[in-house]
Amino acid sequence: MAKIIVVTSGKGGVGKTTTSAAISSGLALQGHKTVVVDFDIGLRNLDIIMGCERRVVYDFINVINGEATLNQALIKDKRIPKLFILPASQTRDKDALNIEGVEKILNELSLEFDFIVCDSPAGIETGAMMAMYFADHAIIVTNPEVSSVRDSDRILGILASKTKRAVENNTPVQEHLLLTRYDPERVEKGEMLSVEDVKEILAIPLIGVIPESKSVLKASNTGTPVILDESSDAGIAYQDSIARFLGESRPMRFVNTERKSLLRRLFGKNREDVSA
Amino acid sequence: MSIFSYLKRRSNSTASVAKERLQIIISHERSQRNTPDYLPKLQEEILAVIAKYVPITRDRVTVNLERTGDSAVLELNVMMPDEVLEDI
Repeated sequence: MAKIIVVTSGKGGVGKTTTSAAISSGLALQGHKTVVVDFDIGLRNLDIIMGCERRVVYDFINVINGEATLNQALIKDKRIPKLFILPASQTRDKDALNIEGVEKILNELSLEFDFIVCDSPAGIETGAMMAMYFADHAIIVTNPEVSSVRDSDRILGILASKTKRAVENNTPVQEHLLLTRYDPERVEKGEMLSVEDVKEILAIPLIGVIPESKSVLKASNTGTPVILDESSDAGIAYQDSIARFLGESRPMRFVNTERKSLLRRLFGKNREDVSA
Repeated sequence: MSIFSYLKRRSNSTASVAKERLQIIISHERSQRNTPDYLPKLQEEILAVIAKYVPITRDRVTVNLERTGDSAVLELNVMMPDEVLEDI
């Protein structure tokens, strides 16, 4: 049986798809057979972030409707052997998703994979509800910013009441907070909520902090999951997060400001690459 | 973090304003989260029954469920229009 992980947030633009790409790649790199499923029907983007947009033939909805088999729709990643992508449909309306169809496909995937990563669309409409319904784990992607934190709390409420585990009174979905676009310098200046602030407000375990990083845009430009950029701070932070997800304990990196010399302060370039 | 920036952060940084605002709105929203889904419908139906007898508007009926410890109190508030009182 595969473990089902939903990557969700409520708010859009906080890094769900970037995170889904990074987490699924990271799990596959660790030797776990992983599939990442795009639930954003009508606005698919996981394919372009993963760099396989030109290889999409059939999609999630085609499989639900029996127009294609799962194996026809699954795209095998060219870089990471144990990674597969199931793209969302670009054309049809989102009502094409229904609990029975999604369950059937997840059950089928479950036979073959160790992890199923569900990339949720923003909002709390059908696509988002379907993405979280069957989840065992939820990664709540949150920016240190008021609207994102508030929406994350709303999503926590829905996870606790509207998922299969909640409805059937099973052990609840395991929640993991992933703080993204974090800028320690702005935190130190009092311009941004700190890790501790967000942890205190949302009161769920922290799985990682991904620093604001230029490498994320560079990775999406080329369709490479940022975790493959081993010299980038964001890539390293994602690797740490996956290690924690798999039970390892690692100290948080990139949460404190570097001590900069006066010269670097004056002439220093923007931090993007770190020598690990 | 230096002592100076720590003090600055504690006093009136925008981040501490953000935290305070979030704590207030989230605790409010969480308290409403556990109310049963039938409350709005209950309110509609009670309103319909009262409207059969007296002219009343939507905003004059409120239904609230408050949890205190191991018991819950369903509070129903109906503000009767002035004309009704005059008739009595």
